[in-house]
Amino acid sequence: MKLTERFKEGKFVITCEVGPPKGIEVEKIIDELEPLRSKIDAFNVTDLQSSVLRLGSLATCRLLKEKDFEPICQLTCRDRNRLSLQSDILSAAVLGIENLLCLTGDHPQLGDHPEAMPVFDLDSVQLLSAAKGLMNGKDMAGNDLEGQPPQFALGATVNPGAEPLEPQIIKMEKKIDAGAEFFQTQAVYEVDKFANFCEKVEHLKVPVMAGIVFLKSPGMARFMNANVAGVYVPDSIIDELTSAGKEKRVEKSLEISARLIRELKDLCQGIHIMALGWERHVAAVLEMAGL
Amino acid sequence: MLFTQNKPTEEVLESLGAESKIFLLACNGCAEVCETGGEKALSTIKAELEKAGKNLTGTALVDFLCNKVLVAARLAREMDKIEQAESILVLSCGVGVQAVAKVVDKVVHPAANTVSLGGLQGLWPADERCQACGDCALDYTGGICPITFCAKSLLNGPCGGAQDGKCEVDSEKDCGWQLIYERLEKIGRLENLKKFHKARDHSKMLPSRDLRETSFYDIETKT
Repeated sequence: MKLTERFKEGKFVITCEVGPPKGIEVEKIIDELEPLRSKIDAFNVTDLQSSVLRLGSLATCRLLKEKDFEPICQLTCRDRNRLSLQSDILSAAVLGIENLLCLTGDHPQLGDHPEAMPVFDLDSVQLLSAAKGLMNGKDMAGNDLEGQPPQFALGATVNPGAEPLEPQIIKMEKKIDAGAEFFQTQAVYEVDKFANFCEKVEHLKVPVMAGIVFLKSPGMARFMNANVAGVYVPDSIIDELTSAGKEKRVEKSLEISARLIRELKDLCQGIHIMALGWERHVAAVLEMAGL
Repeated sequence: MLFTQNKPTEEVLESLGAESKIFLLACNGCAEVCETGGEKALSTIKAELEKAGKNLTGTALVDFLCNKVLVAARLAREMDKIEQAESILVLSCGVGVQAVAKVVDKVVHPAANTVSLGGLQGLWPADERCQACGDCALDYTGGICPITFCAKSLLNGPCGGAQDGKCEVDSEKDCGWQLIYERLEKIGRLENLKKFHKARDHSKMLPSRDLRETSFYDIETKT
């Protein structure tokens, strides 16, 4: 089912990230998703996240589909030129995938193959436009597709914590013009800042899903503050985690995430959870958040 | 020797848009040989602009527009005429356009596309870069090249990976789009960010057959 249908129903939509394994053993990730079946609307399958070699998004999405989970296929511009990207979009349709999330992608230098050639033949706006073109029966060169064109719900990303924010919003508008129908955001820890962002994009009338990343430790929070663009974990949250002590840290972390979700819920149309290995805790957090 | 080709007049006029007061600046180095710069191109473009109803506040010819020191010194003498203009139309390669943008806080428009960096440039001692993409976009980016200053050569705005204005690839390196944003804000052209840029035509990076058949191309590239 297209994610856009869920928004149309007026549902508060919940998605969760799935990172394919570094290898071919997929049983573990499938097992971890089972308890989330009734709680999560769709699962984002990452495309070589952080430029680290892994199993592909397309194959993993198909596996999820076979197990009756709804996948969102993430597609980045890092590794493929326009021929390959357009071909993979057609392949996704044939494999029954109905949701595409179009991203620029991290630079290869950030990952485990820093020697790789960065492709970026297209950027995220152009990729959305190419996907939309295929949905209208035309490839990027203007040639007609044979038969029925593919149909997708097209998603994109935005970073509500970026400074300056203005170029992010202008790019968001370009993504909407190019075909984006919903947005997932980078991790949010500052509710006021997110509220300010929502106010600025309200006129765009497009569903926004706030990003939730579980904070596993105070160290992780400090690392994100130093290294992740547009993400700031306030000192109060870091102190809260620190004072919980090692034994109660997991409990406290989940409590913080649930509280954030409760506070963000009325500002946006959904949440996107990036559990980063804590998939087993997602159900508990949603319950604590009243979802 | 940098090879450049004139952008079509319609494209130049489109990029000048409603601006009516223009300062015309031409390079007398490589661009003179390619006939995209020098006296000849200067007078041709001057006539075309006047025909299109533009008012030229002044013109200048500089030997090597890629040399910022030379450009700054030469333009100092023309500053009153440049001040009166809404923008500067630059008849040179991409390196020249970027040099001009760096020394004058004015909107710059490239009149040519750079298609090859074959051989040595005139003089180019600083940090601008030109990859001879054959489809110069410096117009929309305040004279800062998104192809070379952005690690991903993005045309439609920042990727979201920059942290404190620095590139995700190298924390010592400025984010190209941050520089472009600041520059456009400074020259009052933030609306340029809204333009949708289609995917690049990489075939434009190949020098045309006409260019390959010129004798100077032969001299520079064949042994």
